[in-house]
Amino acid sequence: MNKALKNLDEVTIRFAGDSGDGMQLTGMQFTSTTAMLGNDLSTLPDYPAEIRAPAGTLFGVSGFQIHFGSTEINTPGDACDVLVAMNPAALKVNIRSLRDGGVIIANSDGFNDKNLKLASYEKNPLEDGSLEKYQVHSVKITQLTHNALEDLGLSNKITDRSKNFFALGMMYWMFSRPLEPTIKWIGDKFKKTPEIVEANTRVLKAGYAFGETTEIFAARYEVKPATMIPGKYRSITGNEATAWGLIAASVKSGLDLFLGSYPITPASDILHELSRHKNFRVKTFQAEDEIAGITASIGAAYGGALGATTTSGPGMALKGEALGLAVMLELPLIVIDVQRGGPSTGLPTKTEQADLLQALYGRNSEAPIPVITASTPADCFFMAFEAARIAIKYMTPVILLTDGYLANGAEPWLIPQVDNLPDISPKFRTEVEGFHPYLRDEKTLARPWAIPGTPGLEHRIGGLEKQHITGNVSYDPENHEFMVKMRQAKVDHIADDLPPATTEGDEKGDLLVVGWGGTYGAIRTAVENKRREGKSVSHLHLKYVNPFQKNVGEILYNFKNILVPELNLGQLSKLIRAKYLVPAVTLNKVQGLPFKAVEIEDKIDEIL
Amino acid sequence: MNLVEETLKNAPKTPAQKYAAKDFQSDQDVRWCPGCGDYSILAQVQRVMPELNIPRHNMVFISGIGCSSRFPYYMDTYGFHGIHGRAPAIASGLKIARPDLTVWMATGDGDGLSIGGNHLIHICRRNLNVKILLFNNQIYGLTKGQYSPTSEFGKVTKSTPFGSVDHPFNPLLVALGAEASFVARTLDRDPKHLQVVIRRAAEHKGTAFTEIYQNCNVFNDGAFFTYTEKETKDDNVVFLEHGKPMIFGKEKEKGIKLEGFTPTVVSLKDGKYSASDLIVHNEKDTMLSFILARMSSIPDLPRPVGVIYAVDRPLYEVEVQRQIQQSIQKQGEGNLEKLLNHGETWTIQ
Ligand code: SF4
Repeated sequence: MNKALKNLDEVTIRFAGDSGDGMQLTGMQFTSTTAMLGNDLSTLPDYPAEIRAPAGTLFGVSGFQIHFGSTEINTPGDACDVLVAMNPAALKVNIRSLRDGGVIIANSDGFNDKNLKLASYEKNPLEDGSLEKYQVHSVKITQLTHNALEDLGLSNKITDRSKNFFALGMMYWMFSRPLEPTIKWIGDKFKKTPEIVEANTRVLKAGYAFGETTEIFAARYEVKPATMIPGKYRSITGNEATAWGLIAASVKSGLDLFLGSYPITPASDILHELSRHKNFRVKTFQAEDEIAGITASIGAAYGGALGATTTSGPGMALKGEALGLAVMLELPLIVIDVQRGGPSTGLPTKTEQADLLQALYGRNSEAPIPVITASTPADCFFMAFEAARIAIKYMTPVILLTDGYLANGAEPWLIPQVDNLPDISPKFRTEVEGFHPYLRDEKTLARPWAIPGTPGLEHRIGGLEKQHITGNVSYDPENHEFMVKMRQAKVDHIADDLPPATTEGDEKGDLLVVGWGGTYGAIRTAVENKRREGKSVSHLHLKYVNPFQKNVGEILYNFKNILVPELNLGQLSKLIRAKYLVPAVTLNKVQGLPFKAVEIEDKIDEIL
Repeated sequence: MNLVEETLKNAPKTPAQKYAAKDFQSDQDVRWCPGCGDYSILAQVQRVMPELNIPRHNMVFISGIGCSSRFPYYMDTYGFHGIHGRAPAIASGLKIARPDLTVWMATGDGDGLSIGGNHLIHICRRNLNVKILLFNNQIYGLTKGQYSPTSEFGKVTKSTPFGSVDHPFNPLLVALGAEASFVARTLDRDPKHLQVVIRRAAEHKGTAFTEIYQNCNVFNDGAFFTYTEKETKDDNVVFLEHGKPMIFGKEKEKGIKLEGFTPTVVSLKDGKYSASDLIVHNEKDTMLSFILARMSSIPDLPRPVGVIYAVDRPLYEVEVQRQIQQSIQKQGEGNLEKLLNHGETWTIQ
């Protein structure tokens, strides 16, 4: 049956089910097919902290949201147009993300008494009329999956496991996507078990055919490709991009990458990714704890490696003392904090931006460290690279803040030209004449990097205060103050080396929305929407938080109002107020979830 | 070739040198208390180093925090005075990044067994080629006299005015339990023996753990005098030698015999027992190593001193390097362009 194709500019779909239902995989397949069609997109995986939460429970629900369109897409979408719910718990947890009038595709086989009870539904919501403001399609997904695989003689368990491909097939039909990329992927992924390849492929096709042949879906949609900068693209998550940025820095600098890391959600994927690329001479060291992760990296950096450590908030807290050591030793070190909800263990799988002040100040005494941030998943590549550039040039630890949302979110990425990446050219000191471990370069204030193995440069360094120039232990009061100020000056001076900050929108106006990190997409969308309405609002997104770029003050003073939306209780706003003495208004959200553009838009309306 | 290799290849060479002990003395004033056992350890290390024929610039001494951890400042090699307890992790990172370097570590009973206990056990199990000297003085010196994890039960110190209720660690058992491939014990006040053990540690390929009984004459004077002083030493220490029976005593008149799994002291004077009844030391015997290490918990038994255990097993940093080579052989040298473009990509015209 041929249904009319309706054109849509943008769509948001959320796949939701048990954590064992394969919703992440389903979402990722939909994402890569959609990316290949040339849509712009943004994704938000939302999964539970428990590895295998009991089936059917509310806390075991795993979701994956994708927002795609023929227009520019900057966020995973404020509200869903379509919700695929594999069981009652998935419906219950996710219904509030569905817009009024949105489509629910529910696996009615999953809505049995047991599951309804687990999700605390007294009656079956698919039948009791409670969902009447939505378009509900009940599909016997489990049954149809079994039908499709009847003759294969597979166990019930294996058959059940294929049902996510039925849902995926239906969505491919509904949004006019080809099956081939996923069929090819299934073939690669399960090549060791041909019967699984056969099962998943069949079920995927059955889902598609179901859409085509049944009457239940009123419409089929098309989302035309977005106008994007021509070139070669790939889809990339923040953690992948971070790992590759480090590899790129290693290649460009000629330094072998050493990653000392302890597994922690949501940063572990950087460790996983890097440990696959040994042919880049990457050495990954899964340390006994967070402290060993960073101190091993410091040891490696002392030996001339590109030392890096990856972690999340609680791990950052443990690394505090070692960060101070790195400040004292003035060795290059890259520290990546993939922020998550806190404090303490907090919300390991949820996103937050509340480690900013920890990154700036979470150490004993005066221990300045440059802090930079990534705005989008793909931006993690460039900022990891930038962290390495600054660390090496200025002989300093650098903290890069990303977050759980960036880490797991994906977006299409215009693959950069390797030749266009900035230069990183470290130099090890070999000249014996005139060598002093703490004799600084006049321009960068960096001390020389003299690695063990260099004849004639034997010297001792450590955490005790250093005498200016000689680096010998010194308890001299004036020298201590001098060195404290020198370390601060070195970090402050990095501002001279940063590209100027730029605003999106106008350079002057009624309101400037200032953000940092993973809120970029939501703020950009909100500001664009409001500008379209004619409001005088612009967007400044800070990638460098310590030091700030030199023209930030100038930009701030050109606006009548300043709004700082953050996923914390107001941390950047504190820094901005303190440094620039401007009355910044805050918009704070700490729910473990990213901003919706509309939340920022409402606040803009309130101010203007 | 990476930048490190390239730089070191092109670095100005210094003429090959025959070293003497003084070549390993840095220009820093040694600041331990006069009479401290650390002086002897430093002197013996400086004496043995020239024999190793390793250029000074390829040696790194790494430490944590505490009296013992000042050690790197006094060695004219590369040195790294780290933070409390973390020396094994710093040393691991350096050794993995730079297997070409000779890495030594100085630590103490507080630094190595208390705050840094976790790192110490993990470096042992991984078997990195790092030499660990643990100065055991059974007290916290630098913080001025609190009991340490090796202090005896009941120890009266500033922080335990009524006696410590902590049961102490046995450093050798910690190292053996952590799968160290080389475990030894020696004495600060026996320079000759100290040198022998340092030499053996240097020759060992793998993590070499050496406990050194060290006198802190300020806060715990005489803690080990039973084992180090002339009058008592012979009757209370059995010096281990591979392949030799365990004989001790002023006139070599006593021996150690195994009764079941328990070592006991027997007399060799009354004709009842001879050397052939005694335990013959075997550095490669895992079971024996635990029995020997345990002897210090049994009163009346002499303390075994020397190399308790020494076996070869794969080196961590070598395995890391091997995987890298294999992966380069299989996939070719990493190519950034290829990495960024591999897998699913699409082109927008
Ligand atoms: S406090 Fe004890 S261990 Fe420390 S230097 Fe003085 S005597 Fe030696």
